[in-house]
Amino acid sequence: MPDLGLNVLLQGKNMARLLGGLWVALRISLIAVVISIPLGILLGILMAGKNPVIKAILRVYLEFIRIMPQMVLLFLGFFGTTRAFGWDLSAEFAAIIVFTLWGTAEMSDLVRGAIISIPKHQYESSQALGLSKRQTYLYVILPQATRRLIPLSINLITRMIKTTSLVLMIGVVEVLKVAQQIIEANRMVSPNAAFGIYLTVFVLYFLACWPISLLARHLEKKWR
Amino acid sequence: MAVKILAETLLSIEHITKSFGDNTVLDDLSLAVHKGEVIVVVGPSGCGKSTLLRCINALEPIQAGEIRLDGEIIEPNSKNITELRQKVGMVFQSYDLFPHLSVLDNILLAPCKVQKRAKAEVTAEAMTLLERVGLKDKAKSFPRELSGGQKQRVAIVRALCMHPEMLLFDEVTAALDPEMVREVLDVILQLAAQGRTMLIVTHEMQFARAIADRVIFLDGGKILEDAPPEEFFTNPKTDRARQFLHIFEFEAVKHHEPQEL
Amino acid sequence: MAVLNWEVIWQYLPLYQEAAILTVRLGTAGIALAILIGLICAIVQYFKVPVLRHVVAVYIEISRNTPLLVQLFFLFYGLPKIGIPTNATVCGIAGLAFLGGSYMAEAFRSGLEAIPAIQTESALSLGLSQAQTMRYVILPQAAAVSMPAFMANVIFLLKETSVFSAISLMDLMFTAKDLIGLYYKTTECLFLLVVFYLLILLPVSLLGSLLERRLRHAGFGS
Repeated sequence: MPDLGLNVLLQGKNMARLLGGLWVALRISLIAVVISIPLGILLGILMAGKNPVIKAILRVYLEFIRIMPQMVLLFLGFFGTTRAFGWDLSAEFAAIIVFTLWGTAEMSDLVRGAIISIPKHQYESSQALGLSKRQTYLYVILPQATRRLIPLSINLITRMIKTTSLVLMIGVVEVLKVAQQIIEANRMVSPNAAFGIYLTVFVLYFLACWPISLLARHLEKKWR
Repeated sequence: MAVKILAETLLSIEHITKSFGDNTVLDDLSLAVHKGEVIVVVGPSGCGKSTLLRCINALEPIQAGEIRLDGEIIEPNSKNITELRQKVGMVFQSYDLFPHLSVLDNILLAPCKVQKRAKAEVTAEAMTLLERVGLKDKAKSFPRELSGGQKQRVAIVRALCMHPEMLLFDEVTAALDPEMVREVLDVILQLAAQGRTMLIVTHEMQFARAIADRVIFLDGGKILEDAPPEEFFTNPKTDRARQFLHIFEFEAVKHHEPQEL
Repeated sequence: MAVLNWEVIWQYLPLYQEAAILTVRLGTAGIALAILIGLICAIVQYFKVPVLRHVVAVYIEISRNTPLLVQLFFLFYGLPKIGIPTNATVCGIAGLAFLGGSYMAEAFRSGLEAIPAIQTESALSLGLSQAQTMRYVILPQAAAVSMPAFMANVIFLLKETSVFSAISLMDLMFTAKDLIGLYYKTTECLFLLVVFYLLILLPVSLLGSLLERRLRHAGFGS
């Protein structure tokens, strides 16, 4: 059996370094998720609301963010702002900002969708029962909207984790970069290590995302 | 209604049993339908009425017994099942028109694709039938543009265009608004007058009484009564049937003392 | 804020044009394959084909839970090490098809599942065969239901092509990155990058919402 790089991973701290790299990527997505969700909920409620000016501005923001490849957004956030505003962002910080902006846009769209998906007769029958507007939202609309929203937002988390793999391209030292470094350092002793190590990265991402996807699907079935 | 002289047996159901898991829906049920006969099947919901029709059209497999049409066994896996199904037209409770096809195309689909008949010929026949049910001007419309009653009349025409030997109606008016029930039932009455063989599941008791040659009362997957309509409605033999018919009667409440709900 | 230097923009324009053509070409090829894979998977799942349905289920899980960039690294740098020769173009298309196949499968499957059983039953009761029922009754309706998800997937996959730059395919992203590294005309390079992606993606997006509006107007389903 030819050496496919798995030995390399078991040597020294290589596996720990790889996991450390994964953590860098996960940390970026988790911070972005934590900020995006409340911001997205806020924007989503505004977008489902009645103010036409706010709605129009948010619409443009949302459409631009969603139509651009995330990689382009990363470049705009990292190279573009550095040039335009003359500041010196670290790549990681730029990535957090970009993923937060993107996550907020996606989240707000999910929230808006969940709110407008509640049929009108739910409002009407609540009012017919004598509930106030606040009570209608609190006891009838929000619980139903939340049930639709939670599986979708969990799915968004996996999307954000997958997308953070892109931060490699603006120079963040994350799991793929660490993998490259390990392969490079061992290219004499283990010339075929690229196979085993990239396969490992592949599996690591799968292990990070799959349980979250399963949870989302479970909740979706349970609450249908 | 004049008593018809019973002709040969068209459909014979012999000791069929149908169950979903542990739940036996049809229990050793036998029934013969003769050519030209109109049979109305009534019974409480969940008694197996609809399942019976679905088994006749081989939409459900049966666990025991056999169903024969013109002497040929009907079962979902038999080779000539599509030919047998052509001989039995079925109209469902609701929404069974194809929403992506116009009224006319709904009707033409099976005669043209299955029976390979000429489009012009089927179109002419379809238009005649549509005219008879008062929907000639709707031929180009799409199902979403029709009322429930109109949809059901189209569904009946669609079934008729296949020249079936027998028609099955599965609670065709149950999903309709009251004012549309009549227009659909009138079409079925016309068909009865033409001497069509029909098996009708319905909750419209007045209609059942008017159209049926025989009324069959089904409960717990068994036929409890099989009688001419007058006899069934005025003098049911079993307690279950009496209880069932009682549901359709209302007692005046106005003269009672007011009560807590 | 830096003002755009139009001379630089005119100078770079042909390079971006070429890169945009590559992006669209690779994207189209990958998406076409993804549609094929998606159709096969959806039909396998709809008819619950034994054994194959499990293979499809595993494929969908793997494809949906890993990033395209990592898939490409494995295909491009990993596979040659076990003797499977690859080149960047093939890897890019294969990667996009591998990723997109599962997304397309889900779109088609949900379309098929949205058609009520009564439609199949009434077609069968008219004497149509299984194949005829599928062709004349189920597929036309399922296609309409799948359309919004399908168009969203097309846009998603076109966007994902930006990852191709990581395996040295000279697409828009690669060109922008390359030019920025060489001449530091960052603003102009990014401006052109955004404009070209808009030129590719906006028409698709508009087509998508147009189709969706027309389908909603047609009101399939009831």
